[in-house]
Amino acid sequence: MTPDAPLLEARGLQIRFGGVVAADDVDVAVHEGRNLAIIGPNGAGKTTFLNICTGWLKPARGTVHFRGRDITKLGPRRITRAGIARAFQHPQLFTEHTAYENMLIALSARTGRQSPFLAMRALPERDEMRHLLDMMGCGDVADRPVVELSEGQRKLVDIAVALALRPALLLMDEPTSGVASSEKFEIMEILKRALAEAEVTSVFVEHDMGIVESFADEVAVWSAGRVQMRGTPAEILSHPDVIRDVIGEEAA
Amino acid sequence: MTVRARLVLPLLAVVALALVPPLAPSLQILMTLALCKGIAVLGVTVLLRAGQVSFGHALFFAVAAYAGAFLAATRFDDLALLVVAGALVGALTGLLVGLFVARYRGIFFGMLNLAFSMIFWSILEKFYHLTGGADGLRLPRPSVFGMQMGRGPFEDLLYYVVLALALATGWFVLRFLRSPVGQLYQCIKTNETRLEYLGVSPRLTLLKGYVLSAALCAVGGVLMAVAQGIVTPEYAYWVRSGEMVFIAVLGGAGSVPGAFAGAIAYEVVRSYASAFAADVWQLVLGAFLLAIILFAPGGLVGIYDGLADRLGRRRGRAAAEPAKRERRA
Repeated sequence: MTPDAPLLEARGLQIRFGGVVAADDVDVAVHEGRNLAIIGPNGAGKTTFLNICTGWLKPARGTVHFRGRDITKLGPRRITRAGIARAFQHPQLFTEHTAYENMLIALSARTGRQSPFLAMRALPERDEMRHLLDMMGCGDVADRPVVELSEGQRKLVDIAVALALRPALLLMDEPTSGVASSEKFEIMEILKRALAEAEVTSVFVEHDMGIVESFADEVAVWSAGRVQMRGTPAEILSHPDVIRDVIGEEAA
Repeated sequence: MTVRARLVLPLLAVVALALVPPLAPSLQILMTLALCKGIAVLGVTVLLRAGQVSFGHALFFAVAAYAGAFLAATRFDDLALLVVAGALVGALTGLLVGLFVARYRGIFFGMLNLAFSMIFWSILEKFYHLTGGADGLRLPRPSVFGMQMGRGPFEDLLYYVVLALALATGWFVLRFLRSPVGQLYQCIKTNETRLEYLGVSPRLTLLKGYVLSAALCAVGGVLMAVAQGIVTPEYAYWVRSGEMVFIAVLGGAGSVPGAFAGAIAYEVVRSYASAFAADVWQLVLGAFLLAIILFAPGGLVGIYDGLADRLGRRRGRAAAEPAKRERRA
């Protein structure tokens, strides 16, 4: 692996669901430390791309490489262990546990502790999980069951759980959807700080162009299963086609 | 009520159980059987944590019981050997069946378990030259570290062995469920997707839990067989499986103390109801379960916790009140 090699590289991805082409010859490269935002209308194949990268779906054609290793045929578990974590549009948490317990479960999955005689609450690295929750702004709700949390808090916990795995790459599907617009920037600020501290590169699907502008280093525009355009936020968001096709639709 | 105060009743119950043979010998057989069932129900409890209900765990109960009966007929008839062999045979059977059923959830899981147990039941019924058919097999009284014991002393010894094993397995399952591995069972119930995305295999996790649950049922089964001195196909019958689920729900689904509280309550109600209302004892049990499901979904343990909480709050209020009065003054 050369120093400039991308962290994640998808080449020629193709997948279709019935008549819908969700990925049509998709090429994407993600470089370490450069957060990539994926924008585009609904049904453009953005979430499908995340599903392929995490092994939930297998592409009909094409490959995905992570740190130079072909992960196309691996399932979500092995890809997770290889260093790609995922946060979901609808938070995927253990609803009968508290936020802190969710973190501890992720921690024990990472460390692989199997002893039946070690109480989960006595895991030696538990302070790290408290710290991570604090960093994500969830410290004060850490000991409440996740069912009692607001959607915004659950999203942050979902991301915190993903970060507990110490991934190299974090994939997020609309991290600010379902969150009051007044809180969006605050959440993204928290997130940006947390990602920087954990030295995690992120790929996130986002509909809010303000967020994309402030938080992405690069933007890829998706449409009908293809990457139509790619560039810095300044280039992309001022492009007339993007304003017409993507931002126009978002505003409508 | 503090955690420590909450332990008073369970500790008293253990002491009371330990005093049964000298003080209440008439209850000794009943309690032996109840504790055997309690150990088996612990196995069902592990799976209930994962939200899975097995209607076929009598399979492992019976496999171990028959293994014990076969072994007791040979010269390797030591009690300890019987228990270990029963647990191993049960765990191995659990592994084989588990490889198949751990892929399924909910009703499919429950019914497949039922199917496997009923296959075994019909084998026990039909291969009578080997299994004794519907009459079953006699299990001669095993030796204990090479000693042959008389009936009375053996029954006393067996009672304390069963009690010790009940405490040991109960303690182990309690610790296990609190450990990170044990917590995964609740996660199988609430979110398998997230488990996959943590790099954990829900299927492998459930398989391990299944083997553990089979081994626990097996220990209960072989002890029960030794206590009764006879094994019959009824050990594998679906009614027995249903009974285990019934007891688990009665005591408090997913609760370790509940498994034993439920088993003791069940055996007591059953034996007294069948004595006083021979024709309708199932009705009494059914009404009992209905009342639990409708009014106390946490089972017997849930009722106890609720009472303890209320008592704790009342005490808390009593302690807070003088302070209030002082402030007013």
